[in-house]
Amino acid sequence: MSIDETTAARVAKLARIKVEPEALPALAGEFNTILGFIEQLNEVDIEGVEPMTSVTPQVLKRRVDVVTDGDQQDKVLSNAPDAREGFFAVPKVVE
Amino acid sequence: MSKLNELSLSAARDALRAGETTSKELTEACLSAIEGAGALNAFVHHTPELALERAAAADARIVKGDAPDMCGLPIGIKDLFCTKGVPSQAGSRILEGFLPEYESTVSQNLADAGAVMLGKLNMDEFAMGSSNETSTYGNAVNPWRRGNDDAQLTPGGSSGGSASAVAADLCLAATGTDTGGSIRQPAAFTGTVGIKPTYGRCSRWGIVAFASSLDQAGPMTKSVRDAAIMLEAMCGHDPKDSTSADLPVPNFEAALSGDIRGKKIGIPKEYRMDGMPEEIETLWSDGIAMMKDAGAEIVDISLPHTKYALPAYYVIAPAEASSNLARYDGVRYGHRARLDQGDGITEMYEKTRAEGFGDEVKRRVMIGTYVLSAGFYDAYYNRARRVRTLIKKDFEDVFAQGIDAILTPATPSAAFGLGEMTDADPVAMYLNDVFTVTVNLAGLPGIAVPAGLDKQGLPLGLQLIGQPWAEADLLCTAHVLEQAAGFVAKPAKWW
Repeated sequence: MSIDETTAARVAKLARIKVEPEALPALAGEFNTILGFIEQLNEVDIEGVEPMTSVTPQVLKRRVDVVTDGDQQDKVLSNAPDAREGFFAVPKVVE
Repeated sequence: MSKLNELSLSAARDALRAGETTSKELTEACLSAIEGAGALNAFVHHTPELALERAAAADARIVKGDAPDMCGLPIGIKDLFCTKGVPSQAGSRILEGFLPEYESTVSQNLADAGAVMLGKLNMDEFAMGSSNETSTYGNAVNPWRRGNDDAQLTPGGSSGGSASAVAADLCLAATGTDTGGSIRQPAAFTGTVGIKPTYGRCSRWGIVAFASSLDQAGPMTKSVRDAAIMLEAMCGHDPKDSTSADLPVPNFEAALSGDIRGKKIGIPKEYRMDGMPEEIETLWSDGIAMMKDAGAEIVDISLPHTKYALPAYYVIAPAEASSNLARYDGVRYGHRARLDQGDGITEMYEKTRAEGFGDEVKRRVMIGTYVLSAGFYDAYYNRARRVRTLIKKDFEDVFAQGIDAILTPATPSAAFGLGEMTDADPVAMYLNDVFTVTVNLAGLPGIAVPAGLDKQGLPLGLQLIGQPWAEADLLCTAHVLEQAAGFVAKPAKWW
């Protein structure tokens, strides 16, 4: 499976990372090197093998369904690049 | 007594208890060593006032007789750990200016034990790298050099700042994190000890996430005894991390009995790589002989899926990273790009992430996005997770045969020069983790112990891999290896 510039541009878009058109050929080349390395996995017989979900056998713990946190608006917003009137501010989303 | 900043944790602890020194004196010695070591670029955020405050509190505690082992001992914290009110950037531009409102569980555990944080340590961006060359702070530098050659060498990565700082005696010990080898490879490159515990031993809460199913914190220290002392203070159950193990924490230091007679040490044939330098081969053979002399039984074993560990890792880790790093969107914290007239929210995301992430991080996020995308999820991601099951089974099979620990080289080479790998393709850099990455995929504990010097005078390390939750036993074996190897070399000071 070889990645061309169109695919590289699509992946960049999906990842929400702006990539200038002139950088796409090199990026596609790097993807192909890495994916070529990953292709080795096709040699492994995985018939009947379950995909790993948890590396240590464990049952997730439960806790009582009660509010344990909250009322920290100032702290939540303290690192925001743009916070106004108690909200995160972003560019216009809906026209 | 040697200079205070050169002490091990255990020696400093004993000196504090005997009233021979104070935490204030230890802390001041480290702060002045840090001040004189700008050339190493190990410490990237300095917190001297906080350190002296904590040292005073520790001294008061020691006088009262209420002092855990770590009390009063000055350490460095990797930049990946969120520390309240202190910059925590994960080595990335995208977290510039971020001041956490909370403290990671591991650094809180250390603080509760009385440890003194000196500052934050350099690392590869989001822990993605093996040479500390992807950091927004610039390269951390290895205090070791090749003889009289003044070429700058990498301290390894991603915990490069931690390794450099411990090796150069800027702190008594440091925290690291290990997703594919990021504690053990830098430890091996700097003649220090680094242990990655069993997945779940240390809480991941408050540690900036890279690949959540692989990430573990651990100590980087000057000796195996120190690793035992510091690991005990770091780990323990934490309800805030659902994968944190609810198991009692043993007294790891008490496990260092010096006796490994009758233990079975496995030697995996698949770790004998083509083109492996002869010096690594020799080091490994020497290590095997040391274990044998100490009364252990040496057993040849096979871990047949070893070859597929790195390719599986480079699917799973980027996939998890692409998901974890989706949170860096320029909305809630960190960097936001300057927008042009008419830019909407999508442009804000795309420009913010393009400016905020470095090349290696972008590459891995995009690879992760690709392997998780519609049509490829089964072919890449699910296949890699199945191979991971087989890799773990390899280890389960040998442990079922009665193997107590596995001895391997820690790295395929000694430290290389900064910039030497710049023109190589990304996969060449990934090969650094060939001996360590299996351990993360299987969730096992692994420790790197300095075992010798190469022809150019650079440290080389051996790795021991243990059974799940058997850190105490693993540390005991590592301690015997350390004593037998008798590694005492220190880098000549040039910085």
